[in-house]
Amino acid sequence: MADVNRGNRPLSPHLQVYRLPLPAITSIMTRITGHALVAGILLLVWWLVAAVSSPGAFAAADWVLRSWIGFLVMLGSTWALWFHLLSGVRHLFYDAGMGLEIEDAKRSSWGIIIGSVALTVLSLIIFFT
Amino acid sequence: MVQFTLPKNSQIRVGKTWPKPEGATNIRKFKIYRWDPETGENPRLDTYFVDLDKCGPMVLDALIKIKNEIDPTLSFRRSCREGICGSCAMVIDGGNRLACIFGIDEVAGDIAIYPLPHMPVVKDLVPDLTHFYAQHASVNPYLQTKSPTPGKEWRQSIEDRKKLDGLYECILCASCSTSCPSYWWNGDRYLGPAALLHAYRWIIDSRDEATGERLDALEDPFKLYRCHTIMNCTNTCPKGLNPAKAIAAIKHMMVERAA
Repeated sequence: MADVNRGNRPLSPHLQVYRLPLPAITSIMTRITGHALVAGILLLVWWLVAAVSSPGAFAAADWVLRSWIGFLVMLGSTWALWFHLLSGVRHLFYDAGMGLEIEDAKRSSWGIIIGSVALTVLSLIIFFT
Repeated sequence: MVQFTLPKNSQIRVGKTWPKPEGATNIRKFKIYRWDPETGENPRLDTYFVDLDKCGPMVLDALIKIKNEIDPTLSFRRSCREGICGSCAMVIDGGNRLACIFGIDEVAGDIAIYPLPHMPVVKDLVPDLTHFYAQHASVNPYLQTKSPTPGKEWRQSIEDRKKLDGLYECILCASCSTSCPSYWWNGDRYLGPAALLHAYRWIIDSRDEATGERLDALEDPFKLYRCHTIMNCTNTCPKGLNPAKAIAAIKHMMVERAA
């Protein structure tokens, strides 16, 4: 009986049915923000390289960055940077053996979420004043 | 490797809805994963109705009632019905729990039940744990010594014995390992929280004399370091243990001995 159809055994559902706890969500967001930041950095590098190539190239890059879509990407990147930074700091604590109780992990998750939004707002205020 | 969707043969179809018990007023709906190895058809989600007025308080009570009174073909593992054998671990209401100690009243609406996540299914709620057990065996979960065996027992101070609390209680139900996304994507090479917790249990045992060899065996990009401290293991452990902390302690020992 144990050998019946062994080759065709289905894989049980995972992401489809498992409700990820908050610390798991902030954990995967760390990776997602890290990868997304590459897009923001490429845009910035393009802007800098354009600045040393020609006035025309800079005007084009500058126009894209200052357009509303460029602003949104930069705003998203700012948030992603803060999120990734705060989460990275949490990993330093984790690796030092701190904050590894469930309640601590939930609290630090909220800290990262609220902190990243607050710091993004603060960045906006500093940027516009 | 990371694969977010289920393979074709694993996608879940709508299953059978079994009749409601007659004359019952306090009915709860259970949606249960079914897979029959003999038909070769895709898994399906069957719907059952249980009269809670004539049922014990735990999810396992409902499963046994379904098997006894509605559908005898439903398969699941269970033994002790008191949270010490680790047989009845399964996904209940989106998390890994032991059906025997998880109350029906802990879920508000319908109760969805699946086998432990990302495992080959033998039948219905019974996953194939062969690989999981082999990983446990691979950490040599027993005392290893070099000095001559003492006349009586291997002595241990009260303080040293205390270091094993929170580790020795593991019942190998596989809830932690199968809750871990790292284990889902790299379970072939990553040992997973359960095996690593057991590894640590022997690493810090004052009587064990193979600490160096044990650490050597774990010094591997996959076996140990696929742990990214996602914390699902600690979140789900039905015994309230903390595998994430044990793994962090092993990583710490790796750094200490390298320095």
